[in-house]
Order: sequence, then structure tokens, then C-alpha cells
Amino acid sequence: MNTVYLRYELLRTLRNRSAFIFSLGFPVLTFLLIVLSQSRSAFLQRSGGIPPATYYMIGLLGFGGIGAVLSGGGRIAVDRALGWNRQLLLTPLKPGVYLASKIVVGYAVACMTLVVMYAAGIAAGARAPVERWAEMTLLVLIGLIPFAAMGIWVGHVTNADAIGPIMGGSMTLFGMLGGAWFPLSGWMRTLGEYLPSYWMTDAGRVAVGGDGWPLKGWLVIGTWSLVLGVLAARAFRADTKRR
Amino acid sequence: MAMHSTPGIQFDGVSKNYGAVKAVRGIDLQIAPGETVALLGPNGAGKSTAIDMMLGLAMPDAGSVRVYGDDPRHAAKAGRIGGMLQLGGLIPFLKVRELIASVAALYPNPLSVDDVIAMTAITDFADRFTNKLSGGQIQRARFAMALVANTDLLILDEPTVAMDVEGRREFWTTMRGVAASGKTVVFATHYLEEADEYADRIILLSEGRIVADGASTELRGLVGGQVVRATLAGAQESELLGLAGVNSVELHGDAVILSCSDSDATVRELFANYPTVRNISVSGAGLEAAFVQLTGDREREAVR
Repeated sequence: MNTVYLRYELLRTLRNRSAFIFSLGFPVLTFLLIVLSQSRSAFLQRSGGIPPATYYMIGLLGFGGIGAVLSGGGRIAVDRALGWNRQLLLTPLKPGVYLASKIVVGYAVACMTLVVMYAAGIAAGARAPVERWAEMTLLVLIGLIPFAAMGIWVGHVTNADAIGPIMGGSMTLFGMLGGAWFPLSGWMRTLGEYLPSYWMTDAGRVAVGGDGWPLKGWLVIGTWSLVLGVLAARAFRADTKRR
Repeated sequence: MAMHSTPGIQFDGVSKNYGAVKAVRGIDLQIAPGETVALLGPNGAGKSTAIDMMLGLAMPDAGSVRVYGDDPRHAAKAGRIGGMLQLGGLIPFLKVRELIASVAALYPNPLSVDDVIAMTAITDFADRFTNKLSGGQIQRARFAMALVANTDLLILDEPTVAMDVEGRREFWTTMRGVAASGKTVVFATHYLEEADEYADRIILLSEGRIVADGASTELRGLVGGQVVRATLAGAQESELLGLAGVNSVELHGDAVILSCSDSDATVRELFANYPTVRNISVSGAGLEAAFVQLTGDREREAVR
């Protein structure tokens, strides 16, 4: 990994405030608004025993994290629009390292979202033993894998103008149907269980003594990762091929 | 050692089509290490396609392209090619200095970023964000990115195209120093003066073929023509065209300009037929004339 190149990729991302607000500011603000307006006892019934602070901390971390890793790959569309990809083909930078830098930076921003959301969550009363907290974190980071792949796929097949709307739309849709805004029931829950974002929110259950993902959760995350990973790899190869 | 005889760039029977467009039609060429070579030609002559193949961005449909005896893409991945593409923006949210540093970090043996900033005279805007630059400044920053790689081979596609006169002059001053340091430089241009003034060798392209290859003096000689100028009142264009050895005639009042293939015969008949003719001068044809004749660039001829 070329650390200097990676550092500038990160710098470029952190200086883009509008993208940063989406991944960090928006989730934490939403968290505070929702959590302060919840009645704890009523919520526990709807969430299956997860207190609101823990539930929304994890749900909105998933939401912000999706935005972070999506825009990591999304920046490929910006590079393509600039002709920067062609410029990089002239350099010794390996295409795999280029790709890795997008993923690493996406995850780095997701980790910043994580720190901010955990701070807000703890302030609002979220509590769990350290090892449970670690397991929950690990599940969320795994749950982001399909979205990192999706970002790379989208970055290669769309243009820079479409990236904003695609990102915003995907975050909202996956966030809502994943239960980031409210615990799901009925048909929404049936549908949600087939989405990776549902299982990220579900990881909050670990904090209150619940088990990790059931087989179904792993299968959903695995399938989405595989399908989006193949799409991303194909788009990446088609884009870096010589004509 | 065998390394010494390996050409910097070698094209063998190279052709490249884009759909129905035959961009390059059978090019053979060799560029030796240390040469400064201009690829000159009108728009659509195949310059950019040839450059893209040298850089490994495009693959020939027929024939082979080698850089230092290797696949151009391998040469690029080994950090042996410094390239400046014709088009391309700069990464946003970075300062010019940071951008150059990020490119330098990719190469095995880069120049110092500060040195390159000084060399390319971009100190004034080195700490400005890349989205706050003028078109000419963007070009100069991109040139700095190509230079910082510190490669033995520099390939530049129409490097001065968006620069103003000042920027162009500074660019070529830097380039002179670079070429003098023994680097191999290949640049595409459609500016005759740039090719004439800065290249050891001009490869003239037209419709995907090499129509001439040599020093600018040789190219002038290839046309083999001369220009006869004289002062002559009341001459008719049709009569002058009938003189021995005359290819074309220009009349500006009493001033007569004759493009000739045999100026001796023309001058002899001119004296015989027009006793009043004065101020006769004979000169070799300019590079411009060679360019027009060799490329058949009617557009440029019309503009003159």
C-alpha cells in the first residue's frame, strides 16, 4: 500500500465538507432528535428489547457508514470524469492499490462515523460489556462490505453527476428498510430481512445479550457481498482494459 | 551491451482503427534515447492515437509498439514513462503542491517536489487549490506532474494547447533544460513553430501515415521547391502560371510570388518575357509550405 497516495486520498475526502456532513453530521443529528423523542418502555416492546439509545446508535451508524463506503467508491466516478484514471494508468500505481485506497478511505470515514455515533450513544445511555460492544462493532463493519462493493460498481458504471442522487437514494432506502429510522414490523420487516442494512441494525441486539446474526443474516450479507463484488470486479476490469 | 542498442520507442507496422475511422495506418518508426522528437500534423492525423499507443493506453490492431523493448504498459508500470495527456482535470480538494507530491510518491525515483515547482515556474500557485486555476495553470501543473516522475522518457500530447504566450515560453524554456539533460522527449503538436524550434527531428503525420521524418531542414528540402519574388507591374496570373517551372502564383499589387519547382528556368523566362521586372529574389520554401504540400492540409492553406 502506498501510504503517501493514501494520505492524499484521505485528505481530499476530509476536505469535501458536504460529503462529510452526510456521513457524520446527518446521522448524529438524526440520532439526537429521534432518541430524545422516544418513550423508552414503548420502544422496548417494538424493538424486541433493545433500548432506543443502543438501537438508534447502531441503526444510524449503519446509515452513515453506508454513505461513507458508498462515496469511497463513488469517487471513482469523479476520477473518471476528470480523466484521472487515464493519468494513473501511466504511473506505476497498481489498479488493485487504487481500488484498495478507495475502500480504505471509505472505511476510515465510516470509523469516524462510528466514533461520533458511539460517543452520542453513550451520552444518551447506551451501555454494554466491552466484548459485546466489540462483537457488535465487528458485525457492523462486516455489514458494510456489500456497500463498499456497491460504491465501486456504481463509481465505474455511472457518471459523476449521478453519484450524489444515487448515494442519497441508496442510503435512505437501505436505511429505512433496514430499520434505521424505526423498528420494522409486518411486510416491511419481511422485506427488510433480505437486505444487508437490516442485519447491521440487528447487530444492536448483541449489546443487550442477544446472539449474533442467525444463519439467514450471514447468508443475506454473503449473497449481497458476492453479487455486488462480482459486479464491481467486472465494471473495474472493463474500465481499466486497454482499447 | 545490448541495452545500448535498444531503441526508446519502436513501432513496427502499427495500425489502429476506432470503428470505421482508420486513425493510424501502418507506421514504422524508431526513436533513440536522447532524441527530442515532434509528432507534427493537422487535426485527425493520428498524433494522439500514436501517443496513446506509446503510453500503453491504446493497443494497436496490427503491428507492435515497444518502449525500451518492452510492452508500453509494462514500461509505464515500471515507472519508466512520464506522460502528459492532452485532456484531463486535476483532483479536487488538493493543493497543486499536494497533487504533485501524490504523483511523485508513485514513482521509484522522483524529483523533489520543490525543485519541480521551481523548474516549471508554478511557485505562484503551488499552494492554491486545483479548482482555482486557469486553463494555462492547469496545463503547467500537469506538466509538473509529468516531470516529477523523473523518467528518462517524456511523452507529451499537445502540451501547450491551453497556454498563453507567456506560459508557452516558460514551458519551452523548461523543456530545453529537460532535453539537454539527455532525456528522450516526444511531443505532439500542431504548431509548426514549436516543432521547428524545439525538436531535433520532426515526424510529419497525415491521415494516419508518416509522410516525412527528419530534421526540419531536411523537411524543407523534401519539398524541393523555391519561392521567387519579384516586382512587376501589370502581369496576369494566367501568363505567370505559364512560365517554366511555376506551380502557383500569388499577386499582391505589383508584388509577385511564384512557387517553383525549377527556379533557374523560371527566372530565365521571367527576364526574357518581362523586361521591366525588378527586385528578383529566390529563396527556399518555408517549413509551412513543406507542411502544406506533404500533408495536403487544404484548410491551413486556405487560412493563409
